[in-house]
Amino acid sequence: MSNDHHHEENFIQKYVFSVDHKIIGLQYGITSLLFLLFGFMLMMLMRYQIAYPETVIPYFGEWLFAGSGGVMLPENYNTLGAMHGTIMIFLGVVPLAVGAFGNYLVPLQIGAPDMAFPKLNAASYWSYFVGGVVMMASFFTPEGAARSGWTSYPPLSIFESGQTMWLLGMVFLITSSLLGSMNIIVTIVQLRAPGLTWFRLPFFIWAQLVTSFLLILAFPPLESAAILQLMDRLVGTSFFLPSGLVYAGSPVEAYGSGSPLLWQHLFWFLAHPEVYVLILPAIGIVGEIIANNTRKPLWGYKSLVYAIGFLGFMSFIVWAHHMFLTGMGQSMSAFFQLTTMIISIPSVVVLTAFFISLWGGSIRFNTPMLFALSFLPMFGIGGLTGLPLGVAASDIFLHDTYYVIGHFHYVVAPGTIFALFAGIYYWFPKVTGKRMSETLGKLHFWPSLLFMNGVFMPMFIQGLAGLSRRMYDGGQQYAHASDVLHWNEFMTISAFCLGAAQIPFIVNLIISLAGQKSDDRNPWKSTTIEWSAPSPPLPHVNFDSSVEVNHGPYEYSVPGQDEDYCPQTSP
Amino acid sequence: MSNIPYILEERPDTGLNNSKLGVWIFLASEVMLFGGLFSAYVFLRIAAPEGDFGYWGSKLNVPMATFNTLLLITSSVTMVMSWASLKLEQFDKYKMYLGITILCGLAFLVVKYFEYTSKFDHGIYPSSSTFMGIYFTLTGLHVLHIIGGLLVLIFFWSKQSDKMWNEDKDLLANRIEITGLYWHFVDLVWIFLFPILYLL
Repeated sequence: MSNDHHHEENFIQKYVFSVDHKIIGLQYGITSLLFLLFGFMLMMLMRYQIAYPETVIPYFGEWLFAGSGGVMLPENYNTLGAMHGTIMIFLGVVPLAVGAFGNYLVPLQIGAPDMAFPKLNAASYWSYFVGGVVMMASFFTPEGAARSGWTSYPPLSIFESGQTMWLLGMVFLITSSLLGSMNIIVTIVQLRAPGLTWFRLPFFIWAQLVTSFLLILAFPPLESAAILQLMDRLVGTSFFLPSGLVYAGSPVEAYGSGSPLLWQHLFWFLAHPEVYVLILPAIGIVGEIIANNTRKPLWGYKSLVYAIGFLGFMSFIVWAHHMFLTGMGQSMSAFFQLTTMIISIPSVVVLTAFFISLWGGSIRFNTPMLFALSFLPMFGIGGLTGLPLGVAASDIFLHDTYYVIGHFHYVVAPGTIFALFAGIYYWFPKVTGKRMSETLGKLHFWPSLLFMNGVFMPMFIQGLAGLSRRMYDGGQQYAHASDVLHWNEFMTISAFCLGAAQIPFIVNLIISLAGQKSDDRNPWKSTTIEWSAPSPPLPHVNFDSSVEVNHGPYEYSVPGQDEDYCPQTSP
Repeated sequence: MSNIPYILEERPDTGLNNSKLGVWIFLASEVMLFGGLFSAYVFLRIAAPEGDFGYWGSKLNVPMATFNTLLLITSSVTMVMSWASLKLEQFDKYKMYLGITILCGLAFLVVKYFEYTSKFDHGIYPSSSTFMGIYFTLTGLHVLHIIGGLLVLIFFWSKQSDKMWNEDKDLLANRIEITGLYWHFVDLVWIFLFPILYLL
């Protein structure tokens, strides 16, 4: 261990192979935002195809689908669907919520100089980066990218091309998540500043802690499932291939006696906790912003902490509600139906506590708060529409329809992604020392909210009418869906407008970065510890004075005090 | 980096240092990794035709695996003794015990090599049956863990340890303790693998 932390770092050490949690957090943030944009573009191609099936895609068609004269073929559609899901979840939202926000904010909010294992932190980012490169490279291989859906259900995924690269990419992404979440847990447990007891932790830290436990315990079974699927594809085992299987008209040459259901169990054992990995950091961010902008303590802070702890635990025993149609048996369905109903309770506790927090507050409607406020009804719609999917009887009808797509997109897109936007607007002054434009922020928020609903609300209508989610032509071949097909064009136009609504955000980022730096460390007048550090926080040490915590996380508007907030670090 | 607290000394309220907590959490994820494969084994065994797993399982070489079990248990014991020697400030003994640990690990790999190749010679491959598939997957992943552990052990047996011994005795002892926890875990996985693959 060298003591020379004063030595000069060159550009590469400082910005590329940095071990500073702030630089790594920014690397995560920039990379994952680019992936979000890319995943969104894949979706726009799909939406064009759904609205105007089997027509030449303007401008890009000739270039992207040269073999078919610019028309998207069914297998192209399948590839776009699989990669849209994979990129949005594993390369976009999770790295942004946990990698970027977790890395940047966890040490700052607990008053620590850095993460517990800085080198491991860098390894986590670079593993993510390699995973991303492998996923991107798979588009350019002769086989093309994966086309078996982000769920990669066997037996089809054993035979379809492109899947091997997907599995290899996933191994890197899983490794990255494991290293990152292990680091976050140790940092929170070990590096809290003096005086920062467990129930003085900001709610965001609790959310990151629960999220990290979910990642560390849920991801490895997917890794083992990925290993088994790789063996099936490359070595010729038949873990997921039942006996007597016929593919493309001829019997499959394999030992058989495997089970496709095994994959679904292993996959959903990860992928249900993964849903909470997507939503918990968002809940944490929204909690911080609501407490700050209502100038009130977060209502029911301890109940919130217990609720998300219980949520994390329960998320491990609900996975088979994705599998009601597999014929796994009534008693299994009954069990998972019951646990699914139970897990909705803590989610309702969280939303209720947030709503009550608004009551009687003097609310400041700035851009972060607008995004945080819109999170509440949007996540509410997403959550409530999930209940009919959790009940086996109604799920049998709704399964694999657009209703399901509408449901989980309400949770993740106007839910989580709005919360992440809120976080970007809220912590931008800490990261850069500059402010983002409120006008452009509102120009970003209102159209986004409108068009988000324009994209996803009609999906409920289509889904209730029974439209299958997997039709590459948007359901033209379904006679009984013809009453609801006219929505396709409306949704596609909304999606393109939603894309255009992100332009003010990008412009805002660039303009604000070029703006004036302010010396104000705490522009939002917030109580949590990160605001007592300089903006941006000092490299490798973060704080310019030693941190000692004397207060709870949300001491806003305490009667008898001069100011309406009392920072955790004030004496 | 040097200003990160609790790298070696224990935090009073948690009673842990960073790397010890870190390795336990890492091991928890490893439990889930092997746990996923073990449950796949159970699932596949139930789904397989009657007697299929037993028939293919009887083709495995139990004496060789028993010998391998003894090798790993021995290596775990010497691993603890090498750490204890460091705590007793007996650097030469530390090197000797760590050396025995490495040799046991290498011997395990050699035995495993002969086991694998004898299977291949008889025309038995992972694709031969579901049992053989899960056998090669589980033991193969375990072998990868052994190789990873050996690389770390060899690093701490090399000249690097002399340097660390002279510069920071506590750091070396801490690193050996952490490595030992991992090594015991890999040993423990084998203790589970041996009965379910060879004996059941």
